[in-house]
Amino acid sequence: MDGLTLLGTWIAAILTLCILSFLYKDNPFYKFAEYLFVGISAGFWVAYQYHNLLVPNLIEPLFGSAQGKGALPLLLTEGQFDLRLLTIIAGLLGLTMLFRFIPKLAWVSRYGIAFSVGLGAGLFFVVFLQANCLAQIKGTIIPPVVITDGGVDVGSSLANSLLIIGVVSALIYFYFSKEHTGVLGGAAKLGIWFLMVSFGAAFGYTVMARISLLIGRMSFLIDDWIKGTLIALGLI
Amino acid sequence: MRREIPMIVAFVAGVIIILEFFVPALTPVSSRIQNWYLVVVAFAILVGAFNLLRLNYMKVRHRRTDWPFAILLIVGFFTMALAGLIGGIDEGTAFDWLFNYFVYPMSSTMFALLAFFVASAAYRAFRARTVDSTLLLAAAFIVMLGQVPIGSIWVPSWWPFFLSPDWLKDRIMDIGNTAGQRAILIGASLGVVSTSLRILLGIERSYLGEE
Repeated sequence: MDGLTLLGTWIAAILTLCILSFLYKDNPFYKFAEYLFVGISAGFWVAYQYHNLLVPNLIEPLFGSAQGKGALPLLLTEGQFDLRLLTIIAGLLGLTMLFRFIPKLAWVSRYGIAFSVGLGAGLFFVVFLQANCLAQIKGTIIPPVVITDGGVDVGSSLANSLLIIGVVSALIYFYFSKEHTGVLGGAAKLGIWFLMVSFGAAFGYTVMARISLLIGRMSFLIDDWIKGTLIALGLI
Repeated sequence: MRREIPMIVAFVAGVIIILEFFVPALTPVSSRIQNWYLVVVAFAILVGAFNLLRLNYMKVRHRRTDWPFAILLIVGFFTMALAGLIGGIDEGTAFDWLFNYFVYPMSSTMFALLAFFVASAAYRAFRARTVDSTLLLAAAFIVMLGQVPIGSIWVPSWWPFFLSPDWLKDRIMDIGNTAGQRAILIGASLGVVSTSLRILLGIERSYLGEE
């Protein structure tokens, strides 16, 4: 372990302990890590989005890169119009967002917001209809009785039937145009049971994911920090 | 006109994306404006970062509660942003080092911390009083037990396979969970589709803010 890695491991360990100190109560060590985390994360996303979104989609098309000339140099030096020049519109729409901080001109930011909201609405309209709604309905239209060469596959038939009943009854629970009484009420009740199983499973998975992260942090503290430092110092 | 033109912009942008699925000739136009969308999103993140800095600067300026920590936030922001903007974000850079030893450990510990709060909330809230809550509790318990090695280690050889945590967990995930999630997804996607239509047709205008 080199000096820079050892320094990093110590910083990471101290910050980990600062955050875990919140288990006792809110304290200055936790606040230290909390504020630092927010600031550093915001800085991370700014740099990350600059390199991954702005550079390939705005800066390189306009100003060029090592691979080739950009649209602006082409226009200014050779008088050639390149379609990439239209990227300026994207830059202007993005810039309008910054007008939110000038109260008198805040309305200008609506152009950028409207563009992103409108485009997002168009994209979600198609994507959700295709990938979620229709695909999920298609996945539910399955044979309730599965027949194989050896006869009826009881296990698969039961699974398919339960799945169909579960989806339909849970959808009935979400149907609010008619009062949930009689047959509709019974189906809605069954739907609630399926939804409860689903929520329970989601909860179980979430808890296990968090526990897994916690084990990872404990393992870091014991193996990387304590053992790593002792090894670096030549004590073990 | 301060409201009408943005509404037209939203309509045109959304309709081009929808029409692309019916008119393949529109694909180049659609791809181009989707790239523009990424640029606008990047600027939106800048707006968020600028707002965060502004709020914390005001906190320091007016010496509000915890103002010394706000200085730390500002310093942290500029350190990370400048490291990435100047030195790049590739492996081995200062940005990468800061990510590995600051961002990653802090974010994973923050999420790990939730394990305690989720467990504590569950202990207080989960009571098998009704069929609904019993189902939720049982499903959560079986899924958690089925996820860990101890869930299957204790099962003796004579134990019926359909009562083992592994088998039950798989059935819960494949049938109960799939059915519930599928119904939620179908309902939610219908909601998204109707909201998208409302936005494109100018019925939903809340994104334009107040006049």
